[in-house]
Amino acid sequence: MNVHEYQAKELFRQYGVAVPAGELATTPAEAEAAAKRLGTAVTVVKAQIHAGGRGKGGGVKLAGSPSEAKQHASEILGMTLVTHQTGPEGKLVRKVYVEAGSDISRELYLALTLDRASEDFAIIASTEGGMDIEEVAAKTPEKLHTEFIDPNVGLRSYQVKKVARALRLDTPQARKLETFLMGLFRLFIEKDASLVEINPLVVTGDGDLLALDGKLNFDDNALFRHPDIAELRDPEEEDERERAAHEIDLAYVGLDGTVGCMVNGAGLAMATLDMITVCGGSPANFLDAGGGADKDKVKEAFKLILRDENVKAILVNIFGGIVRCDLIAEGVVAAAAELGIEVPLVVRLQGTNAIEGRKILADSGLDITPAETLQEAGERVVAAAQGA
Amino acid sequence: MAILANKDTKLLVQGMGRMGQFHAGLSVAYGTRVVGGVHPGKGGTTIEGIPCFETVEEAVERTGANASVIFVPPAGAADAILEAVDAGLDLTACITEGIPAIDMAKAKRAMCGKRTRLVGPNCPGVVVPEQCRIGIMPAQITRPGPVGVVSRSGTLTYEAVDQLSRLGIGQSTCLGIGGDPIIGTNFVDALALFEADPETEAVVMIGEIGGSAEEEAAQFVKDHMSKPVAAFIAGQNAPKGKRMGHAGAIIAGGKGAASDKMAALEAAGVAVSKSPATIGETLAAHAGLR
Repeated sequence: MNVHEYQAKELFRQYGVAVPAGELATTPAEAEAAAKRLGTAVTVVKAQIHAGGRGKGGGVKLAGSPSEAKQHASEILGMTLVTHQTGPEGKLVRKVYVEAGSDISRELYLALTLDRASEDFAIIASTEGGMDIEEVAAKTPEKLHTEFIDPNVGLRSYQVKKVARALRLDTPQARKLETFLMGLFRLFIEKDASLVEINPLVVTGDGDLLALDGKLNFDDNALFRHPDIAELRDPEEEDERERAAHEIDLAYVGLDGTVGCMVNGAGLAMATLDMITVCGGSPANFLDAGGGADKDKVKEAFKLILRDENVKAILVNIFGGIVRCDLIAEGVVAAAAELGIEVPLVVRLQGTNAIEGRKILADSGLDITPAETLQEAGERVVAAAQGA
Repeated sequence: MAILANKDTKLLVQGMGRMGQFHAGLSVAYGTRVVGGVHPGKGGTTIEGIPCFETVEEAVERTGANASVIFVPPAGAADAILEAVDAGLDLTACITEGIPAIDMAKAKRAMCGKRTRLVGPNCPGVVVPEQCRIGIMPAQITRPGPVGVVSRSGTLTYEAVDQLSRLGIGQSTCLGIGGDPIIGTNFVDALALFEADPETEAVVMIGEIGGSAEEEAAQFVKDHMSKPVAAFIAGQNAPKGKRMGHAGAIIAGGKGAASDKMAALEAAGVAVSKSPATIGETLAAHAGLR
């Protein structure tokens, strides 16, 4: 789960990680009042959306006075911001963060994550702050320092000193980094974060360290033990269909093709997209109905698929292990009757109770094309989508 | 012979809730020696003929169990894994999906140097055809034979096994290693076990987007495998940056794409099936089995 910059910075503050003073605003007047209260010569008005690259898209502006902050806020609020992370459709800006301007002497990069390969936590630090870090990694890997942290030992003082050296900090700055990093690490562990990224981390003219930007992702699997973090979810930032799927506990990813899919299991669901493509079609979505798929879930899944107007045919591909094919078949029949599905429907049932399931479909009198193998299922649904 | 389990494996079920009981029953029906269950508050009772205990330690003392399958909910699953390790089991397969990543990172590191092998979490378990069923696989689609199957997915494993069985090709062991970012047994571990198993003649591996386990497997095949390997990678059409159902199935920072994994495997001499419908045929042709 992602949160906004202003939410990340509030958490940083709680853990003693230094950030500039700032306030959230949802109207130009609020932005002006916030700039006045901050009282600095320069303030920064920053669009709050779940995507990076906001500055380049015109979503971050410097203001020399509260009235200028108001002016910038009026331009940014309500704009559709397009960055390299939003996709071409962009994201509507509903909130801005008004922040005290900082006297920047150096820009650095700092991130903390769980490294899949080593199964350690990893601090990634670089002197090349403010840049695209993947580009730094590709072109000048020697400018990245990675410090691995044993999950059962935690971050040690000597490791902070190594990071400080890699960032070319002087001794007083290194001491500040200790407070900064230890706080960040405690936040990561206590709140089950999956990524903390600070780009840039700045050294001010006075030698202070400040998180000028802040990106925080949390482990969805751990939200059950952090109701305070779960509350930070901003549904406005999520794809509407993905949000609806999330609410009924289905894994859904919208795609731009014409063949709707309902599958049990993530691997088979991905393979079904591949099958449709091999057969010359294009999938409209990924949908994993999960191990607990039953009649109601099947109906909800159909509703979700049918919200996409591009869908010209639907493939239901079930390999029953835990899932019983007869229950799925009942769900398909009920959904078809209730929702009045008008696009062609191809259903493949295999595994647990597949024979019973196929009989239910055949006896229903509904116009459902059965398929035996994955290949057949792919060919038939693609033909149906192209014929429609 | 097979890898990880056989007809003599004495299995415990950790978490005798609805799921645990249901699958314990199916495993018993398949002929698996399910010797006990472990569930808080159920110690001293018997469920469906299976004696239950409060701790794994006690269950091992009383039954001589050497393996377990875990159906404990996410909040307590890492604890259940560590309890299995503490009791010195040879094998524990964790079916639970949704364990917090930090819990798994700590548990996995704590297992270093211990005797217990962990399969999963977020996996369908292990089936040795006609001998032993550990987990949730529909064992009826398997048949005994020479092919080892290892996969990060559940239902896609069934698809691959079904394709093999329909071609008349049986399996030595079917193993789902799990869809999470941190898992106990990875492709390299499984390939090494299959390479050493005299009854396994060829291997099917089913990978998916995310991480670099398939690339590491490719290197292992190149350096250490004498047996033919066929592969399929799911998610060739997955968009970048989206989590595809499994916690570990995500193309992040431009890394973990199916195309890279397929190229690495092909370069290592693995026969890669582009279509998920031809996994069985690809293996049959590559290994000269039919």
